[in-house]
Amino acid sequence: MIEVKDISKRFGAIQAVDNVSFTAEQGEILGFLGPNGAGKSTTMRMITGFLAPSSGTASVCGHDILTAPVAAKRQIGYLPENAPAYAEMTATSFLQFAGELRGFGGAELNGKVEAAIERCRLEKVRNQSVGTLSKGYKQRVCFAQAVLHDPPVLIMDEPTDGLDPNQKHIVRTMIKDMAEKKTIIISTHILEEVDAVCSRAIIISDGRLVANGTPEELRSASRTHGAVEVVFKEPVAGAAGALRALSSADDVDEAGAKCTVYKGGQDGGDLFADVAKLLREKSWPMISLRTLDGRLDEVFQNLTIGDDLSRVG
Amino acid sequence: MNASITIAKRELKSYFESPVAYVFLVVFLMLTGFLTFYVSSYYEVRQADLSRSFFIWHPWVYLLLVPAASMRLWAEERRAGTIELLLTMPVTMLQAIVGKFLAAWVFLLIALALTFPVVCTTAYLGAPDVGAIIGGYLGSALLAGTYLSVGMLTSATTRNQVISFVLSLVICLLLLMAGWPPVTEIFAKWAPDWLVRCVASFSFMPHFDSLQRGVLDLRDLAYYVSVMAFMLFGTHLILENRK
Repeated sequence: MIEVKDISKRFGAIQAVDNVSFTAEQGEILGFLGPNGAGKSTTMRMITGFLAPSSGTASVCGHDILTAPVAAKRQIGYLPENAPAYAEMTATSFLQFAGELRGFGGAELNGKVEAAIERCRLEKVRNQSVGTLSKGYKQRVCFAQAVLHDPPVLIMDEPTDGLDPNQKHIVRTMIKDMAEKKTIIISTHILEEVDAVCSRAIIISDGRLVANGTPEELRSASRTHGAVEVVFKEPVAGAAGALRALSSADDVDEAGAKCTVYKGGQDGGDLFADVAKLLREKSWPMISLRTLDGRLDEVFQNLTIGDDLSRVG
Repeated sequence: MNASITIAKRELKSYFESPVAYVFLVVFLMLTGFLTFYVSSYYEVRQADLSRSFFIWHPWVYLLLVPAASMRLWAEERRAGTIELLLTMPVTMLQAIVGKFLAAWVFLLIALALTFPVVCTTAYLGAPDVGAIIGGYLGSALLAGTYLSVGMLTSATTRNQVISFVLSLVICLLLLMAGWPPVTEIFAKWAPDWLVRCVASFSFMPHFDSLQRGVLDLRDLAYYVSVMAFMLFGTHLILENRK
């Protein structure tokens, strides 16, 4: 498991990461969300020991990254951003090198390398030099390096970035397959990925942690959470006004035949029941009626758009 | 130590996986051969002595070639991003530095060892002083390592191999010239004697001179080892600072 305590990183005048704290337990897939340049990679680089924190620290399976860096690194499998690998090496020799650095040798090393090749479906390219591989394969070679030693902690920086939908699916399946016995952190700016793989998500904006919760919890902060969407057969004049007049409704967005009714603030009444009742009374012809879960992208924008605007200004 | 050797093995292999290594070896051998046999008029001098015709050129040949061999050590890792992979492995910074240094040094020693035909020629033509030849090779090997440690330091400062090459060439040139008699004579005319000697003692040259004459002085050994240690320490400092 991972425990990050008040970690900060400053590059000259730029505060890249500002007092971020969180924990991740075994069995969890923690999603690291944030716009580009928010400090996701920097935080990961500090946990993995590539960058030294300006203040604060983190511990990985009980090993502090400042006082016992090598012991901490032993527990981690790390897939850096853009999946770097030595271009002139073949996939197999690259994995062998990684395994040797992890302290394996002889038959054990070969066993680990073969297992990683099989797990990441690299048989076809095992004797090809890494520099000649396509992005998807390169990503998987680097992924294989990260899981080779079966680490209890797996940290991946944008593991699906630049992959085609099939490759994304393969990588996500590989991640989910391993989730049970590991602590996994993945960073991404793709929101669908959070729903696809993560059990919990953290949103970082401008170096600060702005949200931490399950995808459902995060979504509940969205304006559309609990809103009711009605789709009429054809646009109905006066429908929006009637819906807006409901005591449990706050506002209505009308787009053609579709009306989205947002939940009213203090009242706390049952919006769905009220809407349904109104529709029964009026018997407007409609196609669908449903409650919305809320949208992650809305929450994401609300929490992170401030720093983009200030940067433009 | 094991990790250092793993890193060194990979690094050494990567030298030979690119054509640059072979170009390097050929240029090194052609250049030393040319300078020995033509420029120094090895045959005309009719002396079975390698120090005046062969080893004397090494500081100048290394000046061009060692920075070329060392420039990629860290700069390329940084450019390709593999440094992130390397330094997040369970290895210490020192192990990584030592591993890379050993690999590059072994590579240079291979180049140096391939000059053996020069020794064979001398042995065939006359009776050379074996002690002087061993001393010469030892001095040359140490000199190569010292240049290399400078190149390693400059390579750690940048992601651009060319910048690393130029920087280490300039630093090595300064260290070389500081003790080269034509340069020290100019300074001797106006600078106090102790200053000239002090600056000259930082130079590769006087220490290399005595070794190639076959004089194994502990002070010269200590000089090379301490310059190497200093440069590797500096590399460590730079890399830690960039974390």
